[in-house]
Amino acid sequence: MILAILLFLFNPLWGAETSLNEVGANSLLPWWAWPLLLFFATFILGIIAVLGGVGGGVLFVPIVGGFFPFNLDFVRGAGLLVALCGSLAAGPGLLRRGLADLRLTIPLALIASSSAIVGAMIGLALPKNVINILLGVTILGIVAIMFIAKKSEFPEIKEADALSKALKIYGTYYEPSTGKEIEWKVHHTPLALSLFVFIGLMAGMFGLGAGWANVPVLNLLMGVPLKVAVSTSKFLLSITDTSAAWIYLNSGAIIPMIVVPSILGIMLGSIVGVRVLAVAKPKFIRWVVILLLSFSGLRALLKGLGIWT
Amino acid sequence: MRGKVRPSEEQLVYAYVLDRGMKIGLVFLTLTFLVYIFKLFPPHIPIEKLPSLWGLNVHQYLKTTNIQRGWTWIYNLNKGDFLNFLPVAFLAGLTILCYLRMLFIYIKKKDIIYSLLVFLQIIILLVAASGILKVGGH
Repeated sequence: MILAILLFLFNPLWGAETSLNEVGANSLLPWWAWPLLLFFATFILGIIAVLGGVGGGVLFVPIVGGFFPFNLDFVRGAGLLVALCGSLAAGPGLLRRGLADLRLTIPLALIASSSAIVGAMIGLALPKNVINILLGVTILGIVAIMFIAKKSEFPEIKEADALSKALKIYGTYYEPSTGKEIEWKVHHTPLALSLFVFIGLMAGMFGLGAGWANVPVLNLLMGVPLKVAVSTSKFLLSITDTSAAWIYLNSGAIIPMIVVPSILGIMLGSIVGVRVLAVAKPKFIRWVVILLLSFSGLRALLKGLGIWT
Repeated sequence: MRGKVRPSEEQLVYAYVLDRGMKIGLVFLTLTFLVYIFKLFPPHIPIEKLPSLWGLNVHQYLKTTNIQRGWTWIYNLNKGDFLNFLPVAFLAGLTILCYLRMLFIYIKKKDIIYSLLVFLQIIILLVAASGILKVGGH
């Protein structure tokens, strides 16, 4: 199945961007074939994203941007909406179960969403080759983070910092694996807030979503338990991506024929992915995600440098 | 046993508004897309022409299709493609609705810091949504 996915995604017919635009314009395929292919591709990406434990946006932008005939401006706009809808869908359940924390989210979201606006404006103003180079470097950086970043399920915090105490950022959640309620608090809040400036910038500029960066900062730097960090990160995207999505929407970088099949495909794929999760081998899927990201990151970088056009 | 952890009032209210809004938005998005692809409302850009346009950058695309930036789509909701912007804008605006609801709760609780943070967030999202911020060409 994975081989079929790879063949499907890396079909050489969908090679270079300039020729892709021609493929789009002069394609023998009828108009409806592209959104249909996009729907199936995003459906598969939705499954892989759930199984690989990554957000849909981070897979969507490099893969659809690299292998479909759409300009990166529209792919990034669609990527933000894909990430936004995924987080909107997940948000209610995470909030109700106390896994995502509102008091933790609000200050971080304020910083990240403000810088995401700036990121979106920069992203839409930069030339395409520059964006491709930066996107490629970022995606390869994400792969490196996936390799080296450790995870701490229940970080030990000796003392909460003054800012988090003032903001009353602490909480309790129920951990079913131990049957216990886990209390948590955070530290290094000022440094985390400053890092969210960069996270927001990247999210807005590349339309990637930013779970890949949120989780290490929340978990490793602030000391938020892993489950709360992952859930809060997912919920946080609904606010960060909202601000950037408006910039893309108001700039005209939204084409419904790209956006809607992508959203529907990735959401249906996520639903199927959750069911497949029970029988999947997580390590293998994680390698597939790393391979997909490495390949598409390299492709974006080489495309930007004019080596693989 | 699920434990005694119960999220705060504002967290549960936020979840409720988000849940309802997200479901309405997604159903709405699917319906308007069906209207679009079955051409129940004629689109501004003929669907068959899209493959020759989606490879252009956004500035060339807007120029070629004679589409204005910002909220001008709201005056063209009788066109199938622009109709899809309505649920997209609704989904993108949902967080603002949730924050507005939350603002009242924080004010009621006299939580000054969070009232202020939530208020600032609403302003930032409204500025982004307003279309005031312009993007330069490339």
